[in-house]
Amino acid sequence: MNPTRKRRLAVVISVVAAAAIAVGLTVFALQRNMSYLFTPSQVQEGQATQYPTFRLGGMVKAGSIQRAKDSLKVSFIVVDDAGAMPVEYTGILPDLFRDNQSVIATGRMADGRFIAGEVLAKHDENYMPKELKDAMAKAHQKRNIDDTAMKDTPK
Amino acid sequence: MIPELGQFALVLALLLAIAQGVLPIVGAWRGNGALMAVARPAAAGQAVFVFAAMGILIHAFLAYDFSVAYVADNSNLALPWYYRVTAVWGAHEGSMLLWVFILNVWTVALAALSRHLPQPFVARVLGVLGLIGVGFLAFILFTSNPFLRELPMPADGGDLNPVLQDPGMTFHPPVLYMGYVGFSVAFAFSIAALLGGELEQSWVRWARPWTNVSWAFLTMGIVAGSWWAYAELGWGGWWFWDPVENASFMPWLVGVALIHAQAVTEKRGSLPAWTVLLSLFAFSLSLLGTFLVRSGVLTSVHAFASDPRRGLYILGFLVVVIGGSLLLYAIRAPKVATGKAFAALSRETGIMVANLLFTTAAAMVLLGTLFPLIGDALNLGRVSVGPPYFGFLFVLLMAPAVLLLPFGPYLRWGKAEGRQLTAMALRSGIAAIVCTVAAVFFAEGRLRAIAGVAGAAWVAAGTLAYVVKRWREMPRGRRYPAEMAGMLVAHFGVALFLIGVMLSESLSTERDVRMAPGQAESVGGYQFRFDGVRETTGPNWRADEGVVTVFRDGTPMATMHPQKRTYSRGQVQTESAIDPGLFRDIYVALGEPMDSGDVEGAWALRLYHKPFVRWIWLGGLFMMAGGFLAAAERRFRAKKAAATAGAPAKEQLA
Repeated sequence: MNPTRKRRLAVVISVVAAAAIAVGLTVFALQRNMSYLFTPSQVQEGQATQYPTFRLGGMVKAGSIQRAKDSLKVSFIVVDDAGAMPVEYTGILPDLFRDNQSVIATGRMADGRFIAGEVLAKHDENYMPKELKDAMAKAHQKRNIDDTAMKDTPK
Repeated sequence: MIPELGQFALVLALLLAIAQGVLPIVGAWRGNGALMAVARPAAAGQAVFVFAAMGILIHAFLAYDFSVAYVADNSNLALPWYYRVTAVWGAHEGSMLLWVFILNVWTVALAALSRHLPQPFVARVLGVLGLIGVGFLAFILFTSNPFLRELPMPADGGDLNPVLQDPGMTFHPPVLYMGYVGFSVAFAFSIAALLGGELEQSWVRWARPWTNVSWAFLTMGIVAGSWWAYAELGWGGWWFWDPVENASFMPWLVGVALIHAQAVTEKRGSLPAWTVLLSLFAFSLSLLGTFLVRSGVLTSVHAFASDPRRGLYILGFLVVVIGGSLLLYAIRAPKVATGKAFAALSRETGIMVANLLFTTAAAMVLLGTLFPLIGDALNLGRVSVGPPYFGFLFVLLMAPAVLLLPFGPYLRWGKAEGRQLTAMALRSGIAAIVCTVAAVFFAEGRLRAIAGVAGAAWVAAGTLAYVVKRWREMPRGRRYPAEMAGMLVAHFGVALFLIGVMLSESLSTERDVRMAPGQAESVGGYQFRFDGVRETTGPNWRADEGVVTVFRDGTPMATMHPQKRTYSRGQVQTESAIDPGLFRDIYVALGEPMDSGDVEGAWALRLYHKPFVRWIWLGGLFMMAGGFLAAAERRFRAKKAAATAGAPAKEQLA
């Protein structure tokens, strides 16, 4: 092999190697950090059992927010049309958190309760995160419930 | 009547943009001077009408014209005048108008400062900018018209999203857009070169200051956005890897690669095809960024709701721009791509490696940001990618870049000598080790802090060593030309940024606590005493305002007033209180009353002590200053008398 070819070969091999490492690391990082969104009824059907941590999305049930007397622990119930899931969280809730707001909580299941490490509330009054809307709509279709109840609440 | 004039102005601007986009390009193709000469007047005309439309929308906000739906949705009688002006870009429609407005600012500057360039080339550049204008103006007129009437007219409007009612937000979007749109110049220039089938080094020299200035604006915009998130979102984070942030970060990363690649092409004539490709990417990502933020296709804490027609139009527009430019590149690039060869150990190679790292980082961010869409398309379920993905890969990709950075200035063009490199590595290495040893005593064994100090010392020492070398070896007046000074300032900014990120991330103390009035807590060596909550009011909000007295060793040093505001339309917004310092920030935010019936009682509070957090933005500002400084290089505006007004005038306009 002449020097030019040798150099080209070296360049090609190193590019391929670098690409392989990059792809490998990316897949690794993706797998470790992908998190799925489920609604309470999907969780109750057992769809989330295979994931140690996942995101739970739904509406805060009116009147379900309860605070501990001496710490930042708070518990509330997240509902969709067919399911309900008690959630426990220790910390400060977002500004928009209140009854009947759509929320997404990240965390894990323990003893039939969802232990949240992070709670996000929707950003503005008329807007529901698209993926949550879709997930709730999907949970709906399964039960053939009239779709009108799922529409965003008017302004 | 006046809002209709605004819409009419936009229609006229669209017609002129079509003329500006089609005629000069046809003229350049046919060699028809008359058609090419249309470019400048058409651009000027388009600008006049777009500026008029912008003025009319601002007027509608200032005059409380709630018959305009956009004004009614985003402002009300109680909103102060300065927030009524910024409400212009507070939502989708106005943001798009702002985009076109800034595009026209750039186009006019370009038309005025390009008289020394060959006519066909300028005609093509202005033509491409005209076509971009067509795309955006049509988008505004057909899907996102800010002048739509709402009848009957409401007595009072809604409200500007409270998170946007902050001084940081007043200039974050315009500055960010200055950066996004600025990349359209590099894009237009590349398309023009591809259309014309030749790429002269002098044209790259002409394009460089434009790219540097837009990159500097983009840096400023991101810094402002990060600062705003820190101060306004009330949880003290400065970067969340949120899709909206990623949207501005991707063009920034490619922009870093682009400004370096342009330097190689301009000075050495190497890598022309790569430079052209990068400018296509930088602008494509800017477009993607603009639309990602405003269309709400991705789940994000601050995306806005969308309507499907917009999404479809955006998708079509992106396909045309990105697909079209890549197709043109595939056909024409072999013609312009005859770069000079260079040795394996040379500055060209160094820049090439850094380029690959930065573009890979951008690709990684793109993958993570769009992954929810990919997962949706492949039926993987509702997936999102968490911040650790970005953090892990980004650090992995940037570590070698940091390691290589100080070598940059020492590498010679064409073929470098190893001797100087080892001398530099030795000096910076010693500096880094000394600083690391010192850091071990202060950082209490926190590895990230130590690594940050080591990296920053390595970069700073290498950069300063080069400053000293130039001082010794060069005659006075030729030591630091603007371009080199800009490079050194920006590289030094990297060191400051590293310190800020690594130290604030590892040494911060963050506590969320429940506090009754009179109770005290200790965080990071400071004592915080909660003195209760009182009520206060502003122009369009009322708030519970906490009083927190901060003590250091028993002596009071600050009284802080974090607020929980309720705006006139019922939205709740946390206003944090920050006691800033060069070496530490103290950050207090109100959570919620523990018993909502008793606001006088106990509250949840966030008490943060954040060492060196300000260095993050300081580093960003250094990088920005470096970008502007490099653009002022005299070489860029030499040549002909017509060009002498070049760079400084442009910065004034900008």
